[in-house]
Amino acid sequence: MNLLDYLPFDLPHPALLAAGLLEGTVLAAVLALTALGLSIVFGIMRVVNVAHGEFYMLGAVLAWFVTHQVTATVGGPPWLGFAIALVVAPLIVAAIAGATDWLVLKRLNYDPEATIVATIGLLYILQQLALTFYGPDARPVEAPFDFRVQLPWFGYSGYKLSVVAAAIVLLLAVWLVLTRTKIGLVMRATQYDRETAQAFGIPVDKVYMIVFALGAGLAAIGAVLIVPIQQAHYLMGGDPLLLSFIVVILGGLGSLKGTVVAALFIGLSDGLISTLYEPTLAKILATLLVAMVLVFRPQGLFGARAA
Amino acid sequence: MIRSILLHGIVIAALIALEPMLSEYHHGNLARIMVLAVYATGYNILFGYAGLLSLGHAMFFAAGMYGCAMMVRLAEWSVGLAFIMGVACALIAGIVVGFLALRTIGVGFMIVTLMFAEAAYLTILYYNEYTRGDEGFTIPQAARTLMGLDLSDTTTRYFAALALFAAALITCAAVVQSRAGRVLVAIRENEDRVRMLGYDPFRYKLLALVLSAGMAGAAGAAYAVLFGYAGASFAGVQYSILPLLWVLLGGPGTTLGPLLGTVLMFYLVDHASGTIMPGLAALVETRFGIEAPGLASAWLLLVGVALVLLVLFAPKGLLGTVRARVIPWLP
Repeated sequence: MNLLDYLPFDLPHPALLAAGLLEGTVLAAVLALTALGLSIVFGIMRVVNVAHGEFYMLGAVLAWFVTHQVTATVGGPPWLGFAIALVVAPLIVAAIAGATDWLVLKRLNYDPEATIVATIGLLYILQQLALTFYGPDARPVEAPFDFRVQLPWFGYSGYKLSVVAAAIVLLLAVWLVLTRTKIGLVMRATQYDRETAQAFGIPVDKVYMIVFALGAGLAAIGAVLIVPIQQAHYLMGGDPLLLSFIVVILGGLGSLKGTVVAALFIGLSDGLISTLYEPTLAKILATLLVAMVLVFRPQGLFGARAA
Repeated sequence: MIRSILLHGIVIAALIALEPMLSEYHHGNLARIMVLAVYATGYNILFGYAGLLSLGHAMFFAAGMYGCAMMVRLAEWSVGLAFIMGVACALIAGIVVGFLALRTIGVGFMIVTLMFAEAAYLTILYYNEYTRGDEGFTIPQAARTLMGLDLSDTTTRYFAALALFAAALITCAAVVQSRAGRVLVAIRENEDRVRMLGYDPFRYKLLALVLSAGMAGAAGAAYAVLFGYAGASFAGVQYSILPLLWVLLGGPGTTLGPLLGTVLMFYLVDHASGTIMPGLAALVETRFGIEAPGLASAWLLLVGVALVLLVLFAPKGLLGTVRARVIPWLP
């Protein structure tokens, strides 16, 4: 008798398993970037940004606009428009986020409950403005390059693999900025004790604005990377918001390492489960898990500090 | 006390007196508004008085709606019995969620309720064989009778909604002016001090949450019965945000604020889809030469703008501001 016969489900074919794992890795890479944005904003500012998914959506929509404009006016190969979009879209999103911080969040004194209500409002404003000017259609962006990597079972999109590589580079860059540079030190000092930081001459308001812009920019970069794989749509912000929440809470609010580990865990399991099983059931279990973690272990599964 | 009874009496009497004067269109609207105001009144007990901001109240509304509608659809119960079942479902959901979510505070409470509601919403979609998912299902007119009264008739429907709203309003007014209500307000202002005085905040917060969930469930069940429809969109996150918006607009912690906020927002959104947004779209196009094809249908934009403006400039809402400036005794 084979031990595997006792499993309550059939083991999938290894090729399908590999495909699920690969898709999961791509999802995990983008999710790590997006969730890290949410995590930094919460960790340093103690603001739960419900509009985070809309910054992601905005990144994708702007990527479509930019690539579309570049091909229409300049022409050139697809990578040119994409490269410009990868720089311009996150910058615009970061600028919008910075302005929001200045105009709204700062005036609320970063009160946790008031900022949640305000970012819910912002969610609807951004989403509906995208509907207004971009319309209800989903539109594709051409991948900057097109080659296939031959694996033992099937060929796999080279672009998807480079998304993973780009995400790893960006995550390392954020980690270096936070731990090895002066601005990172200033951010950590603000996180540790806002009043003392201010007393030492750190312009806390400016730090907050930069952090909020950085958080939104990370989501936008993730979105530009994903948009050749998924199309840009004005309602696309919902899923990454939910998944980012799950990741950030499981990883421990404000914990960078925890966020990356949890993103990998959630991304891989989501990739596997949606390739092989029922995605809705997986989401139900994940949301309940998050609720239970918050109730019984608010510091997260990996975090050590109390949130 | 007398003033408070008089004020609530006048509001209910005015709603009765209004009935014969309403056109067909406003008749239906006002019935809907009163049912939704029951939902908002329940939300207000938790948010306005106990100071607990839930982002998942749609699950209680949906528990009432489906608890009632499924019984009519699948078990062919009479609507009266099914209504009670709906409220019971919401109460049970309130107790379970309360025991778990009330272990958290502040932002944690918001996210836990949001996640529970999301799980509930997805569960409704998952069992779409029975719930018909997003598409929802209608309750046939023949089933919508209570003690010989046809609840789909506009006048009967209006008075049924009014009776429910009056019950909710009186319950709310009675609770918030009772000792327990004052403890709730004290918890909102300073929970530690309340605990120090020997009260158990958890018991009072659970009471507020279960009462609030029960009212939300009653509103959901009444909505299914009176308008003959149940659908998953009522369980979505938007239906958790809307009562928050209504209460914020009308005035958190005032008994009549939820009704006022619901009326204003309902008609604002109604006009927005009909005239304001298409007009705005035309204006943007002619003035700035920017095509805005989606603006006409973007009524949720107003919800977003209203939330941001309220939280920035009028966190006390309309009646809260009136109470602070003009009528200090306003309940």
